[in-house]
Amino acid sequence: MSTATYPLIEMTAISKVFPGVKALDDVDFRLERREVHVLFGENGAGKSTLISILAGVQRPTSGRILMDGKEISIGSVEEAANLGIGTVFQEFSLVPTLTVYENLYLGREITHGLFTDHRAMLKGARTLFAELGFDIEVTRRVVSLSRAEQQMVEIAKAFLNDLSVLILDEPTASLTEKETQKLFAFIRRAQARGVGIIYISHRIHEFSAIADRITILRDGKWVATVPVKGTPEGALVELMTGRAIDKIYPDIARNPGGKTVLEIRNLHAWGVMGVDIDVRAGEILGVAGLVGSGKSRTWRTVMGLQPATAGTVRLNGEDVTNAPTRKLLDDGVFYLPPDRKAEGLVLSATTAANLQLSLLPRPEVTSRFGFVAGRSSRSLAETIASQVEIATGHIDRVVSRLSGGNQQKVLFGKALCVERDIYIFDEPTVGVDMGTRTELYRLIKTIAETGKAVVVISSDLPEVMHLAHRLVVFSKGRIAAELQGDEISEEAVLGHFFAEVKVPA
Amino acid sequence: MTDQIVEKNVANRAATGALAMRLTKKVVRELFLRVGVLPFFLLATLVVFTATAHQFLTLDNFINVARQSVYLVLVSLGQMLVLITGGFDLSVGTAIALTSVVSATVMVTLSAALPGWVAVILIGGAAAGFGTAFVVGALNGFGVSRFGVSPFIMTLGAQSVGSGIALFITGGVPVGGLPYEFSDFFGFGRLLGVPVPVLFAVIAIAAMWLLMNRTKFGAHAYAVGGNPKAAQLSGVDITKILFYAYAICALLASVAGILLTARVESGETNLGGTIALESIAACVIAGVSLKGGIGRVESVVLGAFFIVLLQNGMNIAQIGSYMQMVLLGTLLILAVIFDHFRYRLLVGER
Repeated sequence: MSTATYPLIEMTAISKVFPGVKALDDVDFRLERREVHVLFGENGAGKSTLISILAGVQRPTSGRILMDGKEISIGSVEEAANLGIGTVFQEFSLVPTLTVYENLYLGREITHGLFTDHRAMLKGARTLFAELGFDIEVTRRVVSLSRAEQQMVEIAKAFLNDLSVLILDEPTASLTEKETQKLFAFIRRAQARGVGIIYISHRIHEFSAIADRITILRDGKWVATVPVKGTPEGALVELMTGRAIDKIYPDIARNPGGKTVLEIRNLHAWGVMGVDIDVRAGEILGVAGLVGSGKSRTWRTVMGLQPATAGTVRLNGEDVTNAPTRKLLDDGVFYLPPDRKAEGLVLSATTAANLQLSLLPRPEVTSRFGFVAGRSSRSLAETIASQVEIATGHIDRVVSRLSGGNQQKVLFGKALCVERDIYIFDEPTVGVDMGTRTELYRLIKTIAETGKAVVVISSDLPEVMHLAHRLVVFSKGRIAAELQGDEISEEAVLGHFFAEVKVPA
Repeated sequence: MTDQIVEKNVANRAATGALAMRLTKKVVRELFLRVGVLPFFLLATLVVFTATAHQFLTLDNFINVARQSVYLVLVSLGQMLVLITGGFDLSVGTAIALTSVVSATVMVTLSAALPGWVAVILIGGAAAGFGTAFVVGALNGFGVSRFGVSPFIMTLGAQSVGSGIALFITGGVPVGGLPYEFSDFFGFGRLLGVPVPVLFAVIAIAAMWLLMNRTKFGAHAYAVGGNPKAAQLSGVDITKILFYAYAICALLASVAGILLTARVESGETNLGGTIALESIAACVIAGVSLKGGIGRVESVVLGAFFIVLLQNGMNIAQIGSYMQMVLLGTLLILAVIFDHFRYRLLVGER
């Protein structure tokens, strides 16, 4: 029987259960030869879990995987590579301290008996890079490469083995327009060689240029597999979210003419190269940009988490440049860090304890002599938990055992503990399911409509576009554009992502 | 006219001066990025002790230092391997003490049981010493790789366990009465005119250089320290690499233990008391990053040599051993601070 009658990869009834979460629930997925198949869905929909099963990083709890009609079991990354399945992860799996060619051959060094053959590896690397059309000197250390170059190394790594399946996880997330076109041309060449490509991306407008079919996942379940031709973008979004866009994002009233609460002038810091921003009461300021564009670092600088080298930050008229974080918090700034596990929550403590920590500044909780009133802080914590809709049963549960959505709710609860003038939310809904997101958006709406100043920094473009009254787009440490109201559109924002901002001499 | 020429000359000289300054700055920066603080520390040591002690800068003294540094070189090579994987080993001193005590005890026992069988006695003693050190290394490796115990706690615990056992075996009394041939060969012997300890060091240096630069194991060790997640995704068996790293480290310390025992002609529990600190200092000063993934064999050899040279210089300059401890600790901390800057410069250099 000819193998051509079978799909290249057929995954049937795949489920993956993590403690407390069902990441994948009975998902089917088929990949044909010479096909570019997009996996589409929100953060936490199960895309990453599905590909990590195929890549050999995780094993499915149940389900079967067939390759060319034969059942296979993928126990490790090595086994996946031997089967011809190569993966380019979103977080690069490169060792920064090693050179390009050492990374390329890591785990499969060419050896002569006991010893590695560096000359052969160098030659192999140069040949492969020439073949792929990547112009990188292979003796450079990975640490010295740009993101795009690092990605090329990742792709080359996947191609070192004979490849039949190439998995690309958000490959264009950090590429410029030109680099993206190069990547597409490369994908087409690979396709012509018979490789099946699984392509994860949020960028709907890319799909028509590159993809054949799209499979949509939502909350760990298969939703639909549709051809790219004839499926409008709006339909895709509805399939992804399970509801129309206007139902997800609330209408938030803007209070025009609110006073400027925070004034950033010509701010310079690591990754920030001269930023001016006014944050006003009663409106939501959206902040968009790529990873490393300075969109997050600007606010970390404001918060005193990294030093400002020049410029000023004024809070309610007072100069707080390089003030300690403690002072900013005391003076009415709330900052929600982008990584709730590393910076936001005390993971080993309960929900109540996490909230009570943020309640300490309140006078009814901490007395004049520094004694803490346990009972009133407890009842306040319970009130706040119910405000952010944390189930009563979760209040005494250790935070690390809560789902990502509930953890994020605890983090938002901390925002409500003490009243502030300005609320900075850095990636407010990262890794959170749709239901929780709408709840979190409602909380943001409430805060903004009570006349507070709100800053939403997000890599999720639709989110930041829909929430913001005013949107600043960062590129290379500077503000590339400031958009208002109707000017905010995906094209306008994306166009500025790669802008080279001219600095007046 | 002459005034003009003079002026021009002055200007020229100033320009060349500025150029030389810039060049020096560039060279210093490059050198710092490539090898770290070692060349600067080495230069400072040479200058200071040459000026203060005239016996210092002599060939005899340098040969002496080279011979004394054998033990630290061996231990530092092992320490380097562990540091490169992103850990460190505080129990190298224990590996030395245990090797010394166990091998001495076994040799004394064997000498009584099989008088005259010199080869059997020596090999048996050495093998017992190696075996014991291997157990220490294997325990470290097992704890760190399998159970994820932090290297700090694991090796600190092993240090206490090991020295406790060494003291228990001997009751704190040195084990004397070793076979004459043992010290005669391992301690003071020469092969082809080269002192035996130096020979061991040379072999170990060559073997470690090959291991780190020309084998899969070496490449994987660098990768594990540079980015464990990436290494794992590339199919590197992290558990195995970590296990062998600690085992090899203990074995290298054990070799030093045998050689030291032969040198002092008795099994001692207090051998290697300060070597954990000294070996880490030698590595860090030689540009091995505490963050893992960076470090070169040849630099570490020089780093160990530097530490011994410094101690030698301080001895000649009659600086007391208490002050020496203060200075060594300070240098280690300074080196770590410089290492931090260097890492930032390396990573930030685009």
